[in-house]
Amino acid sequence: MAKQMMLTGNYAAAYGVKLADVDVVPIYPITPQTSIIEKIVELIDKKEIDAEFIPAESEHSVMAMAVSAQATGARCFTASSAQGLVYMHENLFVASGCRLPVVMCMVCRALGTPQGLGYDFGDALDQRDTSWIQIYLEDAQEILDMVIQAYKIAEDKKVLLPVAIAYEGFAISHYLEPVTIPDREMVKTFLPAYTPHVALSDVENPVQMGYCDMNGSLMTEIRYQQHEAMENAKSVIEKVDLEYGKIFGRSYGGHIEKIMMEDAQIAILAMGSIVSTSRIAVTTLREKGLKIGLLKLRVFRPFPWEKIIDITKNLKMLIVLDRDVSIGSTGIVYSEVAGALYNLEKRPLLLNYILGLGGRDITVEMIVDIVSKSINDTKNGKVQSHVNWYGVRGL
Amino acid sequence: MRKTFEHMVQDSDTLQGIRAGHSFCPGCPGALLHKFVAQAMGPNTIISFGASCVALPGMIFPQATTLGSIYISMASSASGLTGISAALKVLKRKKRLKSKEKITPIGIAGDGSACDIGFAALSGAAERNDDGIFFVFDNEAYMNTGIQRSGLTPQYSWTVTTLQGKQQRKKNIPKIMAAHDIPYCATVTYAFPEDFISKIKKAKEMGPGFKYFHVLSPCPTGWKFPESKTIEVSRLAVETGMWDLFEVEHGKLRITYRPKRKRAVKEYLSLQKRFAHLTEKEFESIQQTVDKK
Repeated sequence: MAKQMMLTGNYAAAYGVKLADVDVVPIYPITPQTSIIEKIVELIDKKEIDAEFIPAESEHSVMAMAVSAQATGARCFTASSAQGLVYMHENLFVASGCRLPVVMCMVCRALGTPQGLGYDFGDALDQRDTSWIQIYLEDAQEILDMVIQAYKIAEDKKVLLPVAIAYEGFAISHYLEPVTIPDREMVKTFLPAYTPHVALSDVENPVQMGYCDMNGSLMTEIRYQQHEAMENAKSVIEKVDLEYGKIFGRSYGGHIEKIMMEDAQIAILAMGSIVSTSRIAVTTLREKGLKIGLLKLRVFRPFPWEKIIDITKNLKMLIVLDRDVSIGSTGIVYSEVAGALYNLEKRPLLLNYILGLGGRDITVEMIVDIVSKSINDTKNGKVQSHVNWYGVRGL
Repeated sequence: MRKTFEHMVQDSDTLQGIRAGHSFCPGCPGALLHKFVAQAMGPNTIISFGASCVALPGMIFPQATTLGSIYISMASSASGLTGISAALKVLKRKKRLKSKEKITPIGIAGDGSACDIGFAALSGAAERNDDGIFFVFDNEAYMNTGIQRSGLTPQYSWTVTTLQGKQQRKKNIPKIMAAHDIPYCATVTYAFPEDFISKIKKAKEMGPGFKYFHVLSPCPTGWKFPESKTIEVSRLAVETGMWDLFEVEHGKLRITYRPKRKRAVKEYLSLQKRFAHLTEKEFESIQQTVDKK
C-alpha cells in the first residue's frame, strides 16, 4: 500500500534506495549529502534495507567501491556533493567506461574556493563529460520516484550507463515535503533485482574489466558505443517515465516539462529549484497578459537537443537561467541550448542570465525583472546583451 | 621430499594464472606472482588491480591473466577489493551468487599505487578489516612510468628522479599494516616459494578479514641487474638481512626464515647498478642499519 510521509529531499532519496532494493552503499560524508547516509544507516539498522553499508575513507574510494561492487553483480547507490564529487571525478569515468549502472545522488553545492555551503550546479555540471546520465530535480517526491526510475533506466540493456540524480543542497535536500511512498511489492514488479549479463562473481566465466587501450585501437569505438547508449537512453527515459506514471500515477515529462507553453512567444528555460520560483513568476506575468511559458530541463545528459528545437523553434525569445557558469565563457546550459538551435533557419532570440551562485536567493521579482530586461534588450529584434551576470554587487 | 625452486615453478606452469604473451620485461618476477597467487588461491578468486607493471597482463588485450579481474584507477586497488568483498557478502545473503564455493577478493598493486597514492584506500580497507587478501608488488619505484622514486625506494638508490641517490629511507609499510591490527600481515619474496605459497594458503584459510602481503619484487630494468639474476637478487635480499621474511598473525610476530649467517649487504647492493655510485661510507651505513635490526 502506498502511504504518505513528511520527508526532506535527502530522506526521500533514502526511501528510494530502500524501495529499489539496493545491495551495496559506499558513502563518505559531505554536507549537504549527509542526511542521506544517516537515513540509509537507520533503515539498514531497522532491517528495512538489506544492504552492505561501507563507511569509506574518501569519495575517490567510494566510487571505486561502487564500481567494483556493481561489477561483482550488486546494485549500488551512493551520494556526494561539491568537493566530494570533484574528488571522485576520476572514477566516474570508470563507472561509465565499464558500463556499470551505478546510481548516485549529486546533492549540489558550490565548489570552493570560496568555500561555502550554498548551492549551485557547478559541481554536478563539472561532471558533464563523464558519460553519466544527469537528471536535475525539483522536489522530494520527484527525487524518490527518480531514484527508482534511475535504476530502471541505467540497467536497461540498451543503456547500461550510470545515472546521477542532481538537486540543490538545502533548498531541496533539507526541505520537508509530503511524499507518497509507493507500495514495495509494486516497485519490485517495476524494478526486479539486478541481474547483470556479466559479473565478476561468475568465477566460472572470468572476465577482465577496466580494459587498457594503449594506442587508440578501440577508444573511438568504445566512446561511440557510450554515445550510442546515451542516444538510446533518450527513448528509455521517456518510456520509463510513462510506465512509472501508469503504475504509480506520477509522470514528469521525460526530458523537459512544458509549463504554460501552448501559445507562448517567450519562454524561460531552467533547472532545479529556479523552476519552482519561475512557475510563480510566469503565472504572474501571464496574468499581466504576457504570452510566456516555462521549460523545466530535467535531463541534461543525454542533452535533448531535438526536443529543445521542437519546443522552442516558434518562440520569439528564449531566456536561459544558469545557476552555474563556465568562467571565461557563458552559462553551461545556455551554451548547450545555443548549440542545439544554431543551425535552424528560424530560431528564437537567445539570452543567458547567470544568477544565484553559491545559494544566493532567487526571488519571483528577480525572474519578473529578468523577463522585462530581456524584452527591453531585444526591442529592435536583436539581442544587445547575450550573456548577463544578474545581481553582481558593486557593478 | 623437499621440492626445489625449479620444481615449484614447473608445477605452477601447469596451473592457470598467466598465459604466454604477457607484457612483463624479461626477468620480471611479476609472472611468478600471478602463478603463485593462482596456485595458492585457486579459481574462486577475483582480482582488483592497481596501476602497476603487475596489473598490465590483466589489462592489455589479449589478457594474459586467467582469473577474473577489474582495474579501476591508480589509487583504487584496495577500494576495489572492498567493493567486491561487500558485494559478495550481500549477494550470498540474498542467494544471488551462482557459485557455491567461497570466493576470495584479492588486491594486487604496485608499491607506488598501493602505498603512496592509494595508501588511504589501503589503510581504510585494513581499518574496516574488509575480507580479502592484498598483495603489494614492491619493486621499489614507479617502474611502469620509467623508474621514478616512490616512498618505498630505498635510501641511496638511483632513480630518474633521484639522480644522486634517494636521501630518505624506505617507508616501512609492513610495520604500518601490522599496526592496523589486521588478522594477518606477511612479507615474502620469490626465492622462497614455499614460504610464499604456504603463507598465501594460510591467509586463504583464515576467517574473514584483511590479510596483507608485501612482496619484495626485484626489477632487472629498474634495479639494473642482469635479467637472469632475479631469483639470486631476491635470495640475497633475505640472506643479507635487507629483507626480512616474517608474518604477524593476530598480533603475534614470527620470523619465517632466518639466515644462518648473514651475508654482507654489499653482496646484494653491488649486484644492482642503481647502487653503483655508493661510497664505502654509505655501504657501511646500510650495513650498520641492517646489523642493528
